Amino acid sequence: MGSFKDFYNSEEKREVLSVIVVNKDSVLSRIVDLFSARGYNIDSLTVAPVPNSEYSRITIVTYGRTRTIDQIVKQLNKLIPVFKVTEHKNVIEKDTVLVKVPLDQSLSDVDVLARAYNGAIMNVTDEAIVISATDEPKRIENFIKVIEKYKPIEIVRSGVVAMER
Amino acid sequence: MEQKIDNKLTGSQIVIESLHRENTEVVFGYPGGAIMNVYDEIYKQEHFQHILTKHEQAAVHAADAYARSTGKVGVAIVTSGPGFTNAVTGLATAYTDSIPMVVISGQVPTQVIGTDAFQEIDAVGISRSCTKHNFLVNDVKDLTRVMKLAFYLARSGRPGPVHIDLPKDVSANLADFNYDQEFELPTYKPTTKGNIRQIKNAIEAISKATRPLFYIGGGAVLSNCYEDIREFVKQTKIPAVETLMARGILHSEDEYLFGMLGMHGEYAANMAMSQTDMIICLGARFDDRVTGRLDVFAKKAKVIHVDIDPASIAKIVKPNFPIVGDLAIVVKQFLEHLSDFSFNDYSDWHNTLKQYRKDEPLRFVEDSDRLKPQWAIKRVGELLGDKALISTDVGQHQMWTAQFYPFNYPRQFMTSGGLGTMGVGLPYAMGVKRANPDKISINFTGDGSIMMNIQEIITCTQYNLPIINIILNNNYLGMVRQWQTRFYEDRLAETVLDTQADFKMLTESMGGVGYKVHTKEEFDKALEDAVASNKTAMIEVIVDRREEVLPMVPNGHALDEMLLVEDKGDK
Repeated sequence: MGSFKDFYNSEEKREVLSVIVVNKDSVLSRIVDLFSARGYNIDSLTVAPVPNSEYSRITIVTYGRTRTIDQIVKQLNKLIPVFKVTEHKNVIEKDTVLVKVPLDQSLSDVDVLARAYNGAIMNVTDEAIVISATDEPKRIENFIKVIEKYKPIEIVRSGVVAMER
Repeated sequence: MEQKIDNKLTGSQIVIESLHRENTEVVFGYPGGAIMNVYDEIYKQEHFQHILTKHEQAAVHAADAYARSTGKVGVAIVTSGPGFTNAVTGLATAYTDSIPMVVISGQVPTQVIGTDAFQEIDAVGISRSCTKHNFLVNDVKDLTRVMKLAFYLARSGRPGPVHIDLPKDVSANLADFNYDQEFELPTYKPTTKGNIRQIKNAIEAISKATRPLFYIGGGAVLSNCYEDIREFVKQTKIPAVETLMARGILHSEDEYLFGMLGMHGEYAANMAMSQTDMIICLGARFDDRVTGRLDVFAKKAKVIHVDIDPASIAKIVKPNFPIVGDLAIVVKQFLEHLSDFSFNDYSDWHNTLKQYRKDEPLRFVEDSDRLKPQWAIKRVGELLGDKALISTDVGQHQMWTAQFYPFNYPRQFMTSGGLGTMGVGLPYAMGVKRANPDKISINFTGDGSIMMNIQEIITCTQYNLPIINIILNNNYLGMVRQWQTRFYEDRLAETVLDTQADFKMLTESMGGVGYKVHTKEEFDKALEDAVASNKTAMIEVIVDRREEVLPMVPNGHALDEMLLVEDKGDK
C-alpha cells in the first residue's frame, strides 16, 4: 500500500463543496450531524433554494486531508436527500460582510475603504453607519482586519457562495 | 376495512395495509399511548402475527434477527418517548451490520410536538445517526409514500434500518391509499453493476499475482450470492478468509478456506492476510478488529475492493481496483470473464497456508477436571451441525462460537458484529426461531450477556418459540476479564460475577426448562433433553473460569503478532 502516501499523509487543504439537496426530511441537520459525528470541520456553510426547482444548494467550506475530503464527499452522497456533491476546483467565491461603524469615525475614509473591497455605505443613522462589502473570502478577511481600526460595533459575515468558472 | 370512509383509510390502516403489501408475516413490538391507534388496527387485522416482547429493545433485536436469518425486512413497532429510546440500541445494532429493518415509533400529536409533551422525545433527531434514513410523518397524505420508500430503502443498496416516526393524529387522519403508485427518489440511485473495464483489470492483476487471497465479508451474506462466491474460489483455486460476519459463505470444510481472520482470527488466516500480494475484498470493510495495526497491514498487497457502498471504499485502505456494485452482480461479472485470462498456479501459496494451519491449528487444551467452553460449542456442532441456526451474545463465547462452530451455509450465524451489543442473543434466537420453525435455534451466551434480556424467556414461552440457550458460565465478564488479566495486571475491576441467579429456577419460573451441567456426559444429556422438550431451554455450562480466547492480536499490534495457545501442564 506504499503507493498511496499522498492519500494518507497529504497536507490539510481547503475545499469548497456544493451540495444539491432535496429540501425535505431535515436535510440540513443531517449534513451538520454528519460533520460533527465524524469530526469534520465546517468553516463556512450557506443554504439557499436553487431557483425554479425543488432543490436547495448548500455551499460548504471545509478543511481536511485528501482522505478526509474523499470520505466527506462520499458520506454526503450517501445521505438519501442529497442529489449531487461537487468538489470545486476552479471557482469564483464570494463572501459578503456587513460592518457597523460608529459615526464618530471618518466617513470618507470608511467609504473609500468599502469601495476598495467592492462595497459601499448602506445606511447611516445618527449613531452609526453600516457598510457592506462583497468579495473573495480572503479579501473579505483582509477588509475585516483593516476595518478594525475604525472600532466596528458589529461585524456580520454571510458565508461563502461559489460557482464553477 | 370497516371504517373506510369514501375509500379513505386512517393512517393506522395505511400502516397495516402497507405491511401486508410488503408481505410482512410477523411484527415484534410493544404498545403505548402514542401508538395506540396502530395497535387498535393490529387487533382487527389477520395479515400478520404480532409478538409482544417484554422490552422494546428485544422487539427490535428479534426483528433484526428475523431479517438476518431470512434476508427479508424485519419490522418492529414501538411507542413514543421511552418506547423509542429503548429501541435505539436495536436500531444501532442493525445499522452497523447493515440489516434491513423498518421500525415504526409512535409520536405525540403534531400540534404538541416541541412542547415537551408527555412521552415526547425528538425521535428522528436521535435515530438520525443510527439509521440508514428516517422519516417524521407530518401529514397522513405522505404516509403511503413513506411506508413504501422505507421498505425500499431498507432492502436496496447497502441495506439498513429505516425509522418512521408517526404522530398520533397522523395515525388517525384519513387519506387515500394506493400502494401500487410509483414513488420517485431521484436522489437515491445505488450502483449495482460493476465497471466492466475495472473488473477485467482486476482479473488480470489476480492472474498475475502469486499469493492472492479472498477476503470475504458480511456483504456476501447480504447480497445472497454465496454459491457464486464458492464457484469463484473453486475456479481460481485462490485461498480465502472470512470475517466474523461472513461465516458460512464457504463451507467450513472447504479446502481453500483458512477460517476467520482478525483480532481472534485463526493463525493461518492472519498470516495469509499479512503475506498476501493481492487482497480480493468481497463485501468487507477493513474493520479495525480485522486489520490490526493499520500502517503495517498487508504491506505487500494490492487491493481489489468490491462494495455496494462507495463510502466503504478507501475509507480505511485505498484500493488499487475499487469496484462499486452489488456483490451478487459483480461476482457474476467476474465469473463471466475468468476464462479470458490464464491464472498463475497458486499451489505453493496454498501449501504454505496449509502448513501454517498444521503448525498452529485452532485449538484449546482439554482439562480432565473442568469443561472447556470451546468443547461445548464444538460438541453442539457435532451433534446438531447444519440443523441448528446459531445466535450469540457478545464476548468470549461469541468469538469461540465464530472459531469452533462448523458454519456451512450463510445466515446460519446471527451475531452483533459491528456494534457488539451484549443482550442480543436471546431475542436473536427468538426471532430466528419465529422465522425458521423447522430449525433448532441455539443461543450461545455468557453469564454476563444473558442477564441483559433474560425477561424474553417468557415471550418464548408465550408464543411457543422453543430456543436453546447455552450459557458458558465462567462467573466473569470474560472478555473484559481477559483484557484485565493481560493488560491491567489482573485487576478485575467489576468483572467478577459471583452473585448469580439460579438459571434453572429462573428459566423454569418462566415456563422453560433448565439444566446445570459440569461434565461432558451431563452436557450431552441436557442438550438431547432440551431438543426433545420443545420448550425454551437454558443449559448452564460451568466452564473453566480462566479460559482465554486465542489466538489474539493485542490492540495496536500487527496482524501477525498473535498471542497463541500455550500448552500448560498445570493450569
